[in-house]
Amino acid sequence: MAENYILECSGISKTFGGTQALKEVELHIRPGEVHALLGENGAGKSTLMKCIIGLYKPDKGAMTWCQKPYQAHGPVDAINQGISMIHQELNPEPHLTIAESIFLKRESTRGFLLDKKAQNKRAEEVLKKFNFPYGPKTLMKDLTLAQVQMIEIIKAVSCDAKLIIMDEPTSSLDSEETRHLFQTINDLKSKGVAIIYISHRMEEIFEICDRVSVFRDGTYVSSRDMEGVTKDELISMMVGRNIENVFPKTDCKIGKPVFRVEHLCGKGFTDISFEVRQGEILGISGLVGSGRSETVRAIFGLDPIISGKMYLDGEEIKIKNPQDAIRRGICMVNEDRKEFGLCLQRSIRENISLPNLPKKQRGLLLRQKKERQECEDAAKTLTVKCASIEHTALSLSGGNQQKVVLAKWIMANPKVLILDEPTRGVDVGAKSDIHALMCKFAAKGMAVIMISSELPEVMGMSDRILIYHEGRLNGSIDRSEIITGNTTQEEILKREFGGK
Amino acid sequence: MASNEKKILGVKEDTFRMMMGKYGIGIILIGMVIVISIIKPRFIQPSNLLNILTQISINGLIAYGMCLAITTGGIDLTVGAQLALVSCILGQLVGEMGMNIGLACLIGLLATTAFGLLNGILIAKFNMFPFVVTLSTQLIVRGIAQVISDGQAVSLANANFKAIYSDRFAGIPLPIIYLAVVVIIMYILMHWTKFGRYVYAVGGNVNAAIASGVNVVKTKTLCYTIVGLLSGMAGIIFTSKTGAAQSNIGVGYETDAIAACVLGGTSFAGGISTASGVLLGSIIIGCIYNGMNFLGIDSYYQSMAKGIIIICAVLLDMVMNRKNR
Repeated sequence: MAENYILECSGISKTFGGTQALKEVELHIRPGEVHALLGENGAGKSTLMKCIIGLYKPDKGAMTWCQKPYQAHGPVDAINQGISMIHQELNPEPHLTIAESIFLKRESTRGFLLDKKAQNKRAEEVLKKFNFPYGPKTLMKDLTLAQVQMIEIIKAVSCDAKLIIMDEPTSSLDSEETRHLFQTINDLKSKGVAIIYISHRMEEIFEICDRVSVFRDGTYVSSRDMEGVTKDELISMMVGRNIENVFPKTDCKIGKPVFRVEHLCGKGFTDISFEVRQGEILGISGLVGSGRSETVRAIFGLDPIISGKMYLDGEEIKIKNPQDAIRRGICMVNEDRKEFGLCLQRSIRENISLPNLPKKQRGLLLRQKKERQECEDAAKTLTVKCASIEHTALSLSGGNQQKVVLAKWIMANPKVLILDEPTRGVDVGAKSDIHALMCKFAAKGMAVIMISSELPEVMGMSDRILIYHEGRLNGSIDRSEIITGNTTQEEILKREFGGK
Repeated sequence: MASNEKKILGVKEDTFRMMMGKYGIGIILIGMVIVISIIKPRFIQPSNLLNILTQISINGLIAYGMCLAITTGGIDLTVGAQLALVSCILGQLVGEMGMNIGLACLIGLLATTAFGLLNGILIAKFNMFPFVVTLSTQLIVRGIAQVISDGQAVSLANANFKAIYSDRFAGIPLPIIYLAVVVIIMYILMHWTKFGRYVYAVGGNVNAAIASGVNVVKTKTLCYTIVGLLSGMAGIIFTSKTGAAQSNIGVGYETDAIAACVLGGTSFAGGISTASGVLLGSIIIGCIYNGMNFLGIDSYYQSMAKGIIIICAVLLDMVMNRKNR
C-alpha cells in the first residue's frame, strides 16, 4: 500500500428509485488532515456521508476504516468505531444540560442510577480542554448556535472520534464564531483527528483545508492538494464549465421610491430608517444576531413592531400579519427554508401556489389545470430541476427547494421582495442562477431587499448596502464606492463590528 | 453487496414498493374480500355489498370529519358524544314535543356544529392541545345529552323519522346516498378548494403556512366546525336506525373513525391524507365487521382482529414507503 489512509471508500454506488445518487465514487482520507468535499447540491456529498455513518447502505463498493473492512450499522455504530458527524442542522434537546447532552446514551451510572456528579465532573474536564465559557449544568437552550455546534464537536472528541464529518459547519456562524471554529479544527488536526469538511464557501476551504475532493452529479471528479489549486479551477471542476462572473449583477434602471420605513423599533432592532426604490437591490449586511433578520421579519408581519412607520408608494401602511404584507405586495423569502418556506411533504405545485390561491379560483373551486400550467411555467422560469411538479418538495436538493420558495413569491408579483439569506446552503450553480434571477426581478421594477452573511455576495449584488451593528444602522455604502474600490470588504467588516 | 436488480413478483423491487405504498390499502381490501368470499360466497352478493355500504355510512361521515382534524395535525374525540347529543335533542323535539322532523334535525345539527366551532376556537385561537380540548368538551357534550334526556331513552317509532335510515332511492338505501354526497363534497373540499390546500399546508408546516399568508386560526376553526356538522349528521342517521334516542350511544366511535383515517393513509404527523383513502379505510372497517359476522366470529375477537389489521396495515405502509422517503 502506497499511502496510509484512515478511511478509504472505493467504487461506492447508491441508487434511490430511478436516480443514481452515487456512481462508483472514491474518497480517501489521511489521518489528521482536513479534507474538503466540494460539489453542487445533489452532487452526492451528503449521500456518501450518510453511507459512511451507516444511514444508507451502499449498493456497491467497499470501505475500509483503519485498514480494516468497514460498514456501520447506523450513526451510533459509526460513533463507536470512531466516526462522528456534525450535521448542518443541529437539533439540540433544549432542556438537557451540557453534561447530559455530551454524555447522551452513555451516561455515567452507579448501579441503576445516574451518577450526575461524576458526569458533571467528566463534562467539566472536557469543557475545560476546549476553553468552553459555560459550565456543565448550563441548559442547551441558553447556548447560541455556534456554542451548540461546539458542544457537538466536544461530544465527538469525547467519544474518541478519529474522523469528524462537518456538514456546512459555518452556515449559521458569523465571522467571529467561524474564526473560533477554525481554531478548534486546527487543534483537532494537531491531535491527529481527520476532518471531512463540507462547505460551499470557497474562502473557508482555502483557509482551512489540506486536500479537496470534488464531486459532480454523483460522480467523483478528482482529489487535489489545496496548495497550487485555484478557485477558478475548483469551480470549473465542480460545474464542468467555467463560471465567468460569480456575481452577474446587471445594472437596471432605478426608479421612484417604493417602500420606506422610518424609525422602526422592535425586538432586536432600534430606530431603523431606510428607503428602497424600484429596480434597486438593497443589501443588508451585519453579523448574525445584529437585528437584520428581526427587522425584515417585523416588516413582513411575523413579529410585532413596537414603534415606527412604514410607507408603501408614499402611503402609510400597517402590517399586522403576513396576510397584510402579501396583500400589499410585500413578500419575503425566509432565512429558514425548512421551517418557514416549504411544506416538504406536499408537492412542488402546492407549495408554489399556496400564497397565490385566492387568484386561482373560479367561484369556490380552484382552476387546477391553469394552476398546473402556471406552476410549471414558474418552475421552468426559475430553472427548478425536477422530474415533475407533482413530486414532493422533500425530493429536491437544497438549491432547488430554494428556487421553489422563490417561485411562489414571484408568482405573487410583489412590489417589494425581501430575501433573507437567499443562497444559504445552496450550491454554486443554483447560487448564480438565483443571483441572475434577482437581477431579472429588479429589472422588472421590483424593489429587492437582500440580507446575506456572505460579504462578497452583498458587495457583488447590491446597489446599496446597509450595515447593521447591534440592532442599529451603522452606515450605508453605494455601489459606486465598491466598484471604484473606495470601500473594501475590510471596511464593511469594521463597521459591522461597530467601527466608523 | 446486494445487487439492485432484486425482483418481487416479476417487477423491480422499487416499482413494487412504490405501487404498494400507493395502492397497498386497496390491495388489502381486495385480498380481504377474496378470502372471505372463498369461505362464504354469499359475502360477495350485491345485497350484502349494499348492506356493508349502508353499515359504514355512519362511521364514514365521522371519519371524514376526523380526517380533517387529523390532517391539521390535531384530533377530535368529541364525535361519539356529539352523536348522543343530537340523538337526545331529536328524542325531546320529535319524540316528546312532536316537532317537525326537518326542523328538529336542523336544530340538532346546529347544536353539534356549535360545539365543533367551540372546539375549533379553543384549539386554534387559544392554541390549546386538540387532544385535551376535545377530551374535555366530549365530557361536557355527553353531560348535556344526559341532562336533556334525563338519562331516559325515548322511543322514536315515527315512520317518517325511521325512513331517514330505511328508505331507498332507486333501490339504493338512503344512507349510501348520504355517504356518497358527503364523499363527493369532501373530495371537492379537500382537493379542489383553497380551504383544502390551506388545511394541508397548516398540517404540513404551520410556520410555512403562516409565512405564506394562510389564516391558520380560520382554517383550523372551520375544520373542527365541519367535524361537528358531520358527526351531527351521523347522529341523525344513527338515531333513525335504532329508532330510539339515548344519551349513552356513540361510545368508542372515535376509534373506528380514527382507524378508518389511518388505514386510508392519513398521517398523524399532519399534512397527508386523501379523500379516497378515507373511503377505502371506512370500507375496510365495514368489511371487517360484516365479514367476521359472516364467518361467525365472536364480537370479542372482532375487536382484536380490527386492532391487528390496523397495525399490520400501518406497518405495511411504513415498510413500503421507507425507500420512497
